[in-house]
Amino acid sequence: MNFLNDPLKVAAAWLEGIFTGWGMDAVAAHVLVVFLGVFLLIAILMVLDIFLVWVERKVVARFQDRLGPNRVGPFGLIQPFADIIKLIIKEDTTPEGADKVVYNLAPILSMASVLILWAVVPLAPVMLGVDLNVGVLFLIAAGAIGTLSIIMAGWSSNNKFALIGGFRQVAVMVAFEIPMLTMLMIPTIFAGSMNMNDIIESQNIWYFIISPLGALIFLVAAIAELGRAPFDLAEGESELVAGFNIEYSGMKFGMFYAGELLHAFTFGGFWSILFFGGYRFFGLEQVSPFLAILILVIKAMVGYWVIMWIRYTMMRIRIDQMLAFNWKFLTPLSFVLVLVTALMNALLSGADAWLYILGMFLSNVIVGWVALEIARSVAQKERERVEGAKAVEAAPH
Amino acid sequence: MTAEQIIFLIVALFTLGSALMVVTTGNLVHAALWLVSTLFGVAVIYALLNAGFIAVVQVVVYIGAIAILFIFAVMLTRKDLRDQGPQMNSNWWLGAILAVLVFAGLAFMLQGWSGFSKTAAVLPSGFDAVGLLGEQLTSPNAYVLPFEVASVLLLAALVGAVYVAFNKK
Amino acid sequence: MNEWLYVALFIVVGLIIPTGAIAAGFIFGPKKPNPVKQSTYECGIEPVGEAWIQFKAQYYIFALVFLVFDVEAVFLFPWAVKIGQLGLYAVVEGIIFVAILVAGLVYTWRKGMLEWV
Repeated sequence: MNFLNDPLKVAAAWLEGIFTGWGMDAVAAHVLVVFLGVFLLIAILMVLDIFLVWVERKVVARFQDRLGPNRVGPFGLIQPFADIIKLIIKEDTTPEGADKVVYNLAPILSMASVLILWAVVPLAPVMLGVDLNVGVLFLIAAGAIGTLSIIMAGWSSNNKFALIGGFRQVAVMVAFEIPMLTMLMIPTIFAGSMNMNDIIESQNIWYFIISPLGALIFLVAAIAELGRAPFDLAEGESELVAGFNIEYSGMKFGMFYAGELLHAFTFGGFWSILFFGGYRFFGLEQVSPFLAILILVIKAMVGYWVIMWIRYTMMRIRIDQMLAFNWKFLTPLSFVLVLVTALMNALLSGADAWLYILGMFLSNVIVGWVALEIARSVAQKERERVEGAKAVEAAPH
Repeated sequence: MTAEQIIFLIVALFTLGSALMVVTTGNLVHAALWLVSTLFGVAVIYALLNAGFIAVVQVVVYIGAIAILFIFAVMLTRKDLRDQGPQMNSNWWLGAILAVLVFAGLAFMLQGWSGFSKTAAVLPSGFDAVGLLGEQLTSPNAYVLPFEVASVLLLAALVGAVYVAFNKK
Repeated sequence: MNEWLYVALFIVVGLIIPTGAIAAGFIFGPKKPNPVKQSTYECGIEPVGEAWIQFKAQYYIFALVFLVFDVEAVFLFPWAVKIGQLGLYAVVEGIIFVAILVAGLVYTWRKGMLEWV
């Protein structure tokens, strides 16, 4: 065991040795070391978050055929740090009539709900995070805190736009939680475990290949959960002026903003863990834990990039369309997909590996194709209905 | 006292305090938020008992769904969120005495019970509680009927909710 | 040791760091409140009435439907963990379980409760 093969354990053992050398209790020393480790991880995440501001602005600029930040530092790299300083020295206003405690608690909970997600992220084969046997449900549990923070922000701001934005966002978040929950069942069925690390270890073939439709539905549900375009009702700049965070300024707004970016990156990471093998990449992860972390970060960045790609390509959907899309299309589809997956899994359990993969893939394609055909015909009818209504309106009475 | 007992006492006090705030605070949204913190405290107690699955389900269902439902309901029904009426009725002292008596009686009876002073059993490593639950829920010799009946119960809840809302229209 | 202790540490640190960031903003930022600055924003006019609007009952219906399916999905997770080893009869049980609730969804749909009106 040396530092390069297992940096976390070596560093922990070294620190624990120092602390017990000072006459500290062994258990207390262990807890203190873990506390420091968690602190370090979250501090790194916050620094990464600052960097993500730059990534997001640069990428959106490219999508919109602009240059993005390019004045402060090389490629504008210092820009986000300048933004942070600006946020810190800005005045923190509290609107009159606001509920002060709830108003101040909301941004903290919003950021915390994202940060605690990293508790269950396996970074490398030797850095598993917390080895929870309910890892995938932890994702939803942390999301519940995030939902709560939005409702708190919307309600406590004493502003109509904030209240409407918060309510709409919460309605969308809870609605899309159902497809997300069901899609989390698909890796669970394949791996036979809810543990994030078991899911990674059992992916000798990416689950994306076995269940492409599942990965797609998960991505859609994740984008809705993040509140990003095309599901960014809470923000709705043009109709709700900013939604639930309209009254926030300074660092409190910064927490919402940074929380959203880190949330997107985190979900890119979870997408890659659940469907793209996480830190695994053709055995490269065994070479060095640092390489494994790099692989995970690259995959998470790719996932994050896909989320941005969709965000800056799609337009915003109306709330009635969004809820109808979820309840009438995505929810039934995701339940059908889970049942078909479970059925195929049972039928093909004794079959060869290639037959299993092919059967799963084909069943996914067929379910997806049927669903798309149904959606197409429904959309056709809807278009005809709207056309008909217009024709009746226009007709002379 | 072990560290676990200290943690339990802190969490229990936190849960009870939050529960007290739910019934004493005048603002209905505050009451709902205190309820969230009560439910979270209960989730922590489940986690202390090594019941990780139930702890997460507690957060997902109670905080993620039921608390949101409460807040929606509060926002829909009341225009003024501050309760002007008195928080207690004239029989509060009777209730308090009864509560103390019940608590004392329970504590007295449980004191003689051998399980009262036991610490939680340590689970063997590799013990798959969730997998065992899954087996029990689908086994014909165990709980498959309650499992399916739960679905019927949920269906009844859904139909009832739709009926109530439909009549209001 | 109980792995939830680590989760608890994550929650504690996850709350401390954002609090610290906001506290930094509070310390370094100017504090010059005045009534005009504190007034809430309302599209270029002075705020009208209370920030208190009646919400439509539809939110409540959607939350109820969500609650039912949330509980259902959570029930299915232990089933999903073991499904690989249990064989076909467990799959059939799962199908029955979901089918009963999908009937509820269809009922809600046909009653027009899933419309955003």
